[in-house]
Amino acid sequence: MAQKIIAGVTVDVTEEGYFTNPAQWTKELAMQIGIEENIQLSDKHFEILYFIRERFVKGEALTIRSIGNSGIIDIKGFYGLFPGAPMKKAAKIAGIPKPASCV
Amino acid sequence: MTNEEHPLKKVCIICAKGAIEDVYAALVMGNGAVMEGIETKLFFTFFGLDAITTKTMNSLHTGTVGNPAMRMPGGLPFPTLLGLIPGVEAGVSAMMRNQMEKLDIPPVKEFLEMIDAGGGEIYACKLAMDMFKLEKKDLWEGVKDVLTVGQFYEKCGGLQTQIIFT
Repeated sequence: MAQKIIAGVTVDVTEEGYFTNPAQWTKELAMQIGIEENIQLSDKHFEILYFIRERFVKGEALTIRSIGNSGIIDIKGFYGLFPGAPMKKAAKIAGIPKPASCV
Repeated sequence: MTNEEHPLKKVCIICAKGAIEDVYAALVMGNGAVMEGIETKLFFTFFGLDAITTKTMNSLHTGTVGNPAMRMPGGLPFPTLLGLIPGVEAGVSAMMRNQMEKLDIPPVKEFLEMIDAGGGEIYACKLAMDMFKLEKKDLWEGVKDVLTVGQFYEKCGGLQTQIIFT
């Protein structure tokens, strides 16, 4: 298992940079990972990040559709906030493991 | 040549069949590509047009005859003769759609909307449209264009591009 120092804090991550212990996540770390991913996190971003973390804790599958049905944002907006590969980026910034869902 | 040096940049997916499993194979591959940030183009032709035709898109069926992989809910083989009974195909198809819904796999229209929302592009085949006497107005409103094969290939150029036929 790899470790990474983000904003002065050592966290456990995978080779690809996904947290292996979501409890180590903080808002400050998210801001820093966001910068690495070229995303300046807004309140809207955090609403989504908290939603994603909540789903993860409950053991619910994380799908693009579930984000669209979250009431926080529609799918187009989600792609806009996390450009490129939104689910992976959001998971990385939210401090949870790499998404395992195909949808 | 490694995956890291040459990641996939564009996928062009062709769907030529209209059974649930054929259409969903194309939609899952397409949506998956969009989710990865890969430029995605889906081309529907022949019976695949059912998936983007307003009238048929949300009531696709799966064939219950001549499919050796078909199983009963308990896992026993599904006798082909049973598939001939009226209503069985509709029942099996409804069951499949229901199972997919449980996995958060959306109905066809919503799935296409998801792909579209992520920037994926949906196209229809001109030749097949002519053959089935379909017009653009018969298609789901998100269909970007009706293309000839040549026009589709023009959109499929570029390095690190793959064409997938489902």
